[in-house]
Amino acid sequence: MTKLLVAAVAIAAAAPAATAPHHFYVVVIDNLKFGALPTDPRVGDMIVWRNRDMFRHSATARDGSFDTDLPANGMGKTMLTKSGTIRFYCKYHPGMTGAFTVRK
Amino acid sequence: MVKLIASIGAIALLLAPGVALGAAPPNDAQIAHIAYTAGNIDIAAAKQALAKSGNKAVRGFAQEMVRDHQAVNDKALALVKTLHVTPEQNPTSSALTSQAEKKRAELAKLSGAAFDRAYTANEVAYHQTVNSALADTLIPSAQNAELKSLLQTGLVLFKEHQAHAEHLSASLK
Repeated sequence: MTKLLVAAVAIAAAAPAATAPHHFYVVVIDNLKFGALPTDPRVGDMIVWRNRDMFRHSATARDGSFDTDLPANGMGKTMLTKSGTIRFYCKYHPGMTGAFTVRK
Repeated sequence: MVKLIASIGAIALLLAPGVALGAAPPNDAQIAHIAYTAGNIDIAAAKQALAKSGNKAVRGFAQEMVRDHQAVNDKALALVKTLHVTPEQNPTSSALTSQAEKKRAELAKLSGAAFDRAYTANEVAYHQTVNSALADTLIPSAQNAELKSLLQTGLVLFKEHQAHAEHLSASLK
């Protein structure tokens, strides 16, 4: 196990810096609502969606730039790859919506 | 459609405060049975849709109904076990079941786009009825805080289902 961990750390360290997220933001989904959203995310940041509901959700961008599956009581990750205002919703519960503006 | 409205109307009347269950509001055991029955009915309707419909959007909606209602019912079963409450059959849950059987038989005779339209229209009407019952009768009558909270979560979810069904139904016209 120790060898495995060392190897994993070595691989992580060797990965090009450009592929590592700059910042992580956690967005909590509870009672069929997206919680507080990042106020100033940038391209290269990562959103970690934590789904506290007993229902499967998704974080789906209306412009098609991401479609992240969020299992019941689980989580999902979205790397922000484009700038601009991104509106998103849950494709299973379309009343669940949100938006943030991503800077370059 | 007239038949559909008539049968939904009959359920709505039964779910109206104090009608089917007499003057006394339903107790927690009865509420649990009504809520569980209502969920099972929608799961059965969705399974019928999955067996009959080839429409991608309708099938997606039906899969969502199975998944979400099953999650709520699993939670409800776990809760009644913890609370040592035995769900109690009552005139409202019996009426829901018999109306659903009639509806299932009606829908079984349809196919293709006619089935899709009838199924989604019924989903709109059914969720409207159940949501009104939850808001006006079941939630206010629930005594146990955990049961009340689960019903409130159910209402938020089922309103989403109603909106989704309305959108889907409109797109099929």
